[in-house]
Amino acid sequence: MKNQRHVIMALVEDRPGVLQRISCLFRKRNFNIDTITVGKSEIDGISRMTITLKADERTLNQVIKQLEKLIDVIRVEELHTENIVERELALIKIKTSNIQERDEVIQYANIFRAKIVDVSKNSLIIEITGTPDKIDAFINLVKNKILELARTGIVAMKRGNNETSS
Amino acid sequence: MKGSEILVEALRREKVEVIFGIPGGAMLPFYDSLYDSDIKHILMRHEQGAAHAADGYARASGKVGVCAATSGPGASNLTTGIANAYMDSIPIIALTGQVPTLMIGRDAFQETDIVGITMPITKYNFQIRDTKDIPKIIKMAFKIATHGRPGPVLIDIPKDVQEKDAEVEFPEDIKIRGLKKIPEPSLEKLKEAAKLIVNAERPLLLIGGGVILSNASNEVLKLSEMMLIPVVTTLMGKGAFPEDHPLSLGMIGMHGRKAANHITYECDLLIAIGTRFSDRSTGNIQCFAPQAKIIHIDIDASEIGKNVEPYLGIIGDAKKSLRILIDILKQYRKKENTEWYKRVQELKKEYPVKMDYDDIPLKPPRIMKELQEVISDDDIITTEVGQCQMIAAHFITRRKPRTFITSGGLGTMGFGFPAAIGAKVAKPDVNVIDIAGDGSFLMTMQQLATCVEYGINVIVAIMNNNYLGMVRQWQELFYNRRYSAVYLGKTTDFVKIAEGFGAKGIRVERPSEIKEAFIEAFKEKKPVVIDFIIDPEYNILPMVPPGKCLKDYIDLNI
Repeated sequence: MKNQRHVIMALVEDRPGVLQRISCLFRKRNFNIDTITVGKSEIDGISRMTITLKADERTLNQVIKQLEKLIDVIRVEELHTENIVERELALIKIKTSNIQERDEVIQYANIFRAKIVDVSKNSLIIEITGTPDKIDAFINLVKNKILELARTGIVAMKRGNNETSS
Repeated sequence: MKGSEILVEALRREKVEVIFGIPGGAMLPFYDSLYDSDIKHILMRHEQGAAHAADGYARASGKVGVCAATSGPGASNLTTGIANAYMDSIPIIALTGQVPTLMIGRDAFQETDIVGITMPITKYNFQIRDTKDIPKIIKMAFKIATHGRPGPVLIDIPKDVQEKDAEVEFPEDIKIRGLKKIPEPSLEKLKEAAKLIVNAERPLLLIGGGVILSNASNEVLKLSEMMLIPVVTTLMGKGAFPEDHPLSLGMIGMHGRKAANHITYECDLLIAIGTRFSDRSTGNIQCFAPQAKIIHIDIDASEIGKNVEPYLGIIGDAKKSLRILIDILKQYRKKENTEWYKRVQELKKEYPVKMDYDDIPLKPPRIMKELQEVISDDDIITTEVGQCQMIAAHFITRRKPRTFITSGGLGTMGFGFPAAIGAKVAKPDVNVIDIAGDGSFLMTMQQLATCVEYGINVIVAIMNNNYLGMVRQWQELFYNRRYSAVYLGKTTDFVKIAEGFGAKGIRVERPSEIKEAFIEAFKEKKPVVIDFIIDPEYNILPMVPPGKCLKDYIDLNI
């Protein structure tokens, strides 16, 4: 069976220990996940999690059903990747030894519609937002000049006018 | 009210009648309030046993079992018992003391992160941070433990939370938004199931522990009889269907009855209810029920497709699903005297169960035979784990649910004896017999003190072979008879141990003494340990080696 990339959204109680419960589940069930992000949702007291993973249908099914069993998880939904907006943000500190190098990086950043958020004598910090693929592509371009890299993981949302609380 | 009083009152309102536990520093306020209450407390001699006793109580009674321990080692000693209840979906509540809130995280004396430790082995767990939350959390805990597929819930209560005063109200009910509604079984799918059953030539029911948890035994019997469907059970399903019924073939699995394992190859439709298709039940899943379309009914959606991809998966309560299914099937003609029914009788004749050994040292099947003849349908058999467990499961016939109590999923040696204590407390009027091994009994036998002190007169029947028998058997069969670290020696005198605790000890070495010993034990007004000296190299056979198909078992004459 082929492992495809999947995006799962989970609405969870905003309580201490919830993230531990979920990561504990993934570990004990031997599920490999790629990214997990948590933040507030539009509903008070409920956080929203976005989980991405590569899995076959059976595993995906298990991940969703096992998540649904957790008392702190209110709702789980697979977000089908063809019909969602997904974004990740990365901060990338890049070494620029001279003006030429700096100009080159700035040019790349412009092409990728990234922002320069900090400039110092020998480095730049770039803020780039987009799909993980886009961020990967940018990172590839500047790979050997990266001093520091921080990525947020993915957040995603279905297109159209449904609400999470429905 | 003081927190500890609120706690006791909340438990009373949940109709808790008995708590199995051991006090300690962080539980002093709770035990002080318990002193004035009508809730009975059984002082266990080790916390593991407290959790197992709560578990055995829950299995025998169908109610929630409650155990209590102090912080630190008290709490961590509960964990084996909690994991055991988790694996077998048994509703228990574990109450643990915790160091005062302000001390948490400072590595205080007897501090342990029991909430962190038990996260993967509880259905849910709580730490109460505010005294006024106690009624709400107790209500939630009982609801979670019993809702849908049951399981253990732990509540950790810091000492200061027990001591503080608060004005509280006790809610009648509470909404937990993360507690998913149990889905109504799909009528459409049940109609399809009915059609499959009617059209099947060789249908077979596979009954798991879920049927017992759902109290659906009568429904299984009805379905089986009206459509003439033979029944096999898993270890956990043992007792859910009368095993002496013409349609029963007994338990399947690694040490299942031969006829039961064979019939899984012949059936063309397998209706599996309340089972998770454990590897010990199915053998190699690739060759399990090879001719059958599988209908899987389970209350836990995640079980459908976890180990076996069914032809038809139905999510719902076993009892409810079966009632609807039976209703649908009423429009079809009852089946009578089918070829398949004849085949079932044939299979049972083809694979008889031999129990009448006269050997000295004893062969365990003979002990089971004699026991069978003196127990009643309501008596409860509990088991330890290993050969003794499989001897009991293979040879003893049970006719009623909740009369065979065993550690199925976790396989906990030392479970059977404290579980028997819990069962006896739940059902004081029946005989409770723990089928033990010498290795298993040594793990929790300190609870003899508990039994004697409270007059909990259970019987421990030790299959004494001086070995960790099942490990030895595996070493004999799969490791070239290299008996590594399995010999327990012959110096332990179980009769004297029993006597030392104030219980009665009986040693049995001859077949002619077996029945007499049981009858004497039933009459005795003390707990009784019967030390059966069995053949040290007795193997429990048939046995399906791990990873092999159910028909590829090792048999007696090989």
